[in-house]
Amino acid sequence: MNPIVKLLAQRIALSLLLLLMISVVIFVGTMILPGDVAQSILGQSATPEALANLRAELGLNDPPVARYFQWLFGALQGDLGTALTSGQDITSAIGSRLSNTLFLAFWAALIAVPLAIFLGLLAVRYKDRWPDKLISAVTLASISIPEFLIGYVLMYLIAVKLRWFPSVAMINDSMNLWQKLNSIALPVAVLTLVVLAHMMRMTRAAILNVMQSAYIETAELKGLSTFNVIWRHAFPNSIAPIVNVVMLNLAYLVVGVVVIEVVFVYPGMGQYLVDHVSKRDVPVVQACGLIFAAVYIGLNMIADIVSILSNPRLRHPK
Amino acid sequence: MTDTAVLKVRDLKIGATIYPPGEKPHEIEIVHGISFDLEPGKVLGLIGESGAGKSTIGLASMAYGRGGVEITGGEVWVNGRDILQSRHSDIRKLRGGEVTYVSQSAAASFNPARTIMEQVVEAAVEQGKFSRRDAEGRARELFAKLGLPDPDNIGARYPHQVSGGQLQRCMTALALCPEPDLVVFDEPTTALDVTTQIDVLMAIKEAIRDTGVAALYITHDLAVVAQVSDDIMVLRHGDTVEYGPVDQIINTPQEEYTQALVSVRSIDHEEKAPTEEPVLSVRNITARYKGTKFDVLHNVNVDLYPGQTLAVVGESGSGKSTLARVITGLLPPREGEIHFAGRTLTPDFNARSREDLRELQMIYQMADVAMNPRQTVGTIIGRPLEFYFGLRGAKKRQRIIELLDEIELGESFMDRYPAELSGGQKQRVCIARALAAKPKMIICDEVTSALDPLVADGILKLLLNLQKIEDVAYLFITHDLATVRAIADNIAVMYKGKVQRYGQKSQVLSPPFDDYTDLLLSSVPEMKIGWLEEVIAHRKMESAGN
Repeated sequence: MNPIVKLLAQRIALSLLLLLMISVVIFVGTMILPGDVAQSILGQSATPEALANLRAELGLNDPPVARYFQWLFGALQGDLGTALTSGQDITSAIGSRLSNTLFLAFWAALIAVPLAIFLGLLAVRYKDRWPDKLISAVTLASISIPEFLIGYVLMYLIAVKLRWFPSVAMINDSMNLWQKLNSIALPVAVLTLVVLAHMMRMTRAAILNVMQSAYIETAELKGLSTFNVIWRHAFPNSIAPIVNVVMLNLAYLVVGVVVIEVVFVYPGMGQYLVDHVSKRDVPVVQACGLIFAAVYIGLNMIADIVSILSNPRLRHPK
Repeated sequence: MTDTAVLKVRDLKIGATIYPPGEKPHEIEIVHGISFDLEPGKVLGLIGESGAGKSTIGLASMAYGRGGVEITGGEVWVNGRDILQSRHSDIRKLRGGEVTYVSQSAAASFNPARTIMEQVVEAAVEQGKFSRRDAEGRARELFAKLGLPDPDNIGARYPHQVSGGQLQRCMTALALCPEPDLVVFDEPTTALDVTTQIDVLMAIKEAIRDTGVAALYITHDLAVVAQVSDDIMVLRHGDTVEYGPVDQIINTPQEEYTQALVSVRSIDHEEKAPTEEPVLSVRNITARYKGTKFDVLHNVNVDLYPGQTLAVVGESGSGKSTLARVITGLLPPREGEIHFAGRTLTPDFNARSREDLRELQMIYQMADVAMNPRQTVGTIIGRPLEFYFGLRGAKKRQRIIELLDEIELGESFMDRYPAELSGGQKQRVCIARALAAKPKMIICDEVTSALDPLVADGILKLLLNLQKIEDVAYLFITHDLATVRAIADNIAVMYKGKVQRYGQKSQVLSPPFDDYTDLLLSSVPEMKIGWLEEVIAHRKMESAGN
């Protein structure tokens, strides 16, 4: 078999195994949390009979292993259970939330990733000169300031003072794309600022590392402009580390936006999760955990696959 | 001064910033006022040891300084323009257009992520010399001229898909593709096997002749430069030692230093006859690397006698270093046994006794990386004294000083760090560390390959001297036949994992030869003008590296 196919198959199998293990961790983790779901649903004044009935109804008396597999097979078929607090079907509730989160993440990524890589290339081109220092300083500052603060400052300046964009990022299905984009402009800006620094600095470091190679000297001695040397000769050889950090940041855009969603009152996964954690709605928390884990593992798997594919030795064996 | 010169260098001075340990970084001058002329179609050989400034001068002809190197004075005229006064954009047009560069390691100088063709035509297209189509056509012609296999399609390959010798030819094609006026060849054959070297050398020579380009040929090997140059400039520590036509430099050198370079390898070593009991017997060893499906060693049998030297000679891929790995227990063999000092060695070094480990020491090619840069010479040599003999304090110090005296460095080196030593001194420290264990046998793996000829000569003399004093046996792995002649008692010639020829030195190096040994022996460059053409004409067998 082609070694690259084997490597990729290994990578994918490993990711699936990891996801399975994470599902166990999530399930066990939510189980050992103190408190009783039936109790929290019915409140302190519930009678013992009512509690016992509810427990039986929820299947809380079944052995944990059986409940785990029930949950897992349900999840595999797209059935994430019912929310305890509202009685809603979790899959359909999460569906619209997840698509909102992905919508936000997509537009943030679309701006942040090319911008970060471009700034990284620019920083290498003007290494140790003022553009490099300026880019480093600005991106470092933006990552060091807490994101909610950036959010509120932008909201104050752009939404309140300049009135360019709305401060609350509400979207719904009746809006067209332009209205939606207008609505999410501010959270996208904040998210971009938050993830920019990581990716830009990794791009810079990865390319600078490659710039030490002898083939960079060859390119310089061909009379290429510095930017061409970086773009044609250094960048293709630093894709693997860059993709890795890009994917980590994309994962952050999906699973780590809780604060931003709360600040901008955006109807995404983060808010949904926070609401239900406070209500101790275990099935919802489990479902969110599983989806977040799948996103993380999936994106990192893509990073691994791209790294493997970017290696010419594997792509073109002798 | 003539005005037809492609390259005219006047009083060139080059400086560099150095960072000595424990001192402030400061500027030093590394090239002190060099002048020469190069006419169209002529080849000037720049020769010297490492640190002579030859590569730096070569790169200066492209107004390029590697690392912290800076051109501080003088004039460099290319095609009638002083490029040191040129604007940056003009220098970029010069590089890759008028002047091109062939580096020592084509393997490192090709971008692994792009095809050979893309890289070969890049400069020609970028500089507007040819359209992409024409440049590719020219590249294919050059591939054919340089003797590359399948010249129409080799360009579509990636650098890792062709051999080292082929890649060096591709690099030459890369340099010639934009029809430059001057090519700087910087040790273009040094990293190649000796039998591959002469093919590449011939290809380069013919390409220079056919295209009428002028060339600077930089090397440390006088015999090589004698084959391709019209003039030779001998450099030392950034100064010109001697500059003249190749015939004069090779046959009637004026300066003492040039004479030393011409007559290097002054060692005359009489072989010793085998004694009764070998200290090391390699019996029927067959070995392969984990996860591979072919043997890299096939039924190898050699003996090493006490106080003698067995030279294992062969080209890269011949299995000589694998043999060392098997003997040291890093690679347990599939079949066969190793007898050492009257006992059979356990295949895996982890299971060997401390006595076995002590009596079998090793010295490596890269002395730099074989030492901990944060330990002093005293600590490095003292470690085996502690580990094997439990020496401490004054006794240990006493022994370290003895060893330092034996390697002709002396007590003052005790507190120095490896970074403060020259290449030759580092290798001496490694020798002392091996000797500290009082071994019966030392495996020397290409120990002089990274050193300049005169320094290597010193190391070989030291090793022979130490052999007499300590009665230690050497298994000497090398690709360099001159070294073999200097030091061996017995020789094993390895080829494709087999021992091709084995016996006493006088026997192995005397005719009749088998085809491979003949190829190997005849490929060693001789300090004789016209040698290259002679040897190519008389070849019986193709070299493996092509």
